[in-house]
Order: sequence, then structure tokens, then C-alpha cells
Amino acid sequence: MDTALHILSWVLLAGGGFFCVVGAIGIIRMPDAFTRLHAASVIDTLGVGMIITGLMVESGLTLTTARLGIILLLVFFTSPVAGHAIARSMRHRNVEPVLSEDRTSGGK
Amino acid sequence: MGQVISMAIVMLIFWLTLSGNYTTFLITAGVISSVLIALLAYRMNVADREGHPIHLGLSALTYWPWLTWQIIFSALNVTRIIVSPSLPISPTLTRVKMSQKSDVGRVTFANSITLTPGTISVDIEGDEILVHAITSDNATDLEAGGMDKRCAQFEGGS
Repeated sequence: MDTALHILSWVLLAGGGFFCVVGAIGIIRMPDAFTRLHAASVIDTLGVGMIITGLMVESGLTLTTARLGIILLLVFFTSPVAGHAIARSMRHRNVEPVLSEDRTSGGK
Repeated sequence: MGQVISMAIVMLIFWLTLSGNYTTFLITAGVISSVLIALLAYRMNVADREGHPIHLGLSALTYWPWLTWQIIFSALNVTRIIVSPSLPISPTLTRVKMSQKSDVGRVTFANSITLTPGTISVDIEGDEILVHAITSDNATDLEAGGMDKRCAQFEGGS
């Protein structure tokens, strides 16, 4: 049972690390700032989520797990706000996104 | 007043979780500070349904698992886009209608959009959200209104 939990937590930790690397590669490969935000949100969600869940599995039913849960909630509540702030300020600064389709029917 | 009491209780639970040392002095200090903070919030008029949305607790139990599933699904989708050599993106700007009435519901919807990889809420215009999506499929999915409906249910507390 203990071994199974260790394997599960290591799978989660390694998976989280993998998605962090994928997000970083995405930030480099994407053409403009808006699409880079999309790549970064992979780190915010699956990367952070899997790493913290892996740590929760490792620490078992303790107070540490509860604290990790609070950290996870904090990241999940604040990271979209930060992403939205960046996107909104780019729009108000008239940064033109690279678009292949614009369904907003004309301008601002 | 019920809001103030439940806020104080939540603050105390938060204190006890972070503290971990349960001596008489520390617990007393925790009780005093959580009651003071709740009273301060009451005086600042932020201890209302918006500042302390405890009434959404039950519907969060059904909404969050559904949102988690959406996040995993679309994060894998964005991962596939990033690792494919041709980088198959088709960035799309679109407007999505939102049917939530309260500010909490609208924030939840906008945050859910941004939290889901592949879509970002850029701006709010009236009752529409301007959304930037990484592929046109992502934009079409969001326009279909599944997430909007879920958020409206969540806001209604069911």
C-alpha cells in the first residue's frame, strides 16, 4: 500500500514537471503575447495541480495536506485574475493580437 | 449577522489549519483575531454575500469537479498543440454571452474561462465577455454556452 502511494505520488510529481516544461516550451514557441498566455495557463493548472496533488499524496492525511489544499485554491483563484489583467491591459494598450479569425464583427 | 459569525468561524478554521500548535494561548489569540477581523469586515461593509459567499459552498461541490475535468481536458489539448511540430493554432477573438446576474457569478464565469487553458477572458462589455481562444474550435465550444449554463446554475446555488 505504501509503495503504491509512493508510485502514485511520483507519477503525479513527474507529470506535473512534464507539464511545466511543456508550458515553458509553449511560451517560447507561441507567436504573440495572447497565445503565450494560453501556454502559460498549462503550467498554472495541470503543472501546479499535479505537483501539489503529488505532495498531498506523499504527506497523507495530515495538516500539511490541508495547507497544500489552501495553496492549490490560492493558485487556482489568483492565476486567472493575473492572466486576465495581462490580457486586458494589452487590449487597452491597443496591442493587436495575431488572429486567424475575428468574430467580434468590427473593432472595439 | 449570520454572515459575520460564519466569517469568524471560517477565519478560525483557517488559523487552526495554518498554525498546527494547539496551546491555550495560540487558540485564544486565534479566536480574538478572527472575531476582530469579522467585525472589521462588518464595519467595512464587505461581510456580505459577495465578500463571503458561503451560500455557494454546496454548489461548489458539483461545479468544481466539473471544472477540474474541463481543465484537464483542455490542458491536454493545449499540450498537444504545443508539442506538435506544425503548431496548429488558429487564434480567435469572439464575444460570449453571459447569463449570470450577480457579480460573483460573472467573476466565476470569467475566471473559469481564463483558468481553462485555451481560452482567456479579455474584457467585459455589457453582458458579453470578449474571449481570446487559441483555436477556433475552442471559441466555438465556448459559444455553445455549456460553461455559461453551468455557471448560472452554480450562481443560483443548486
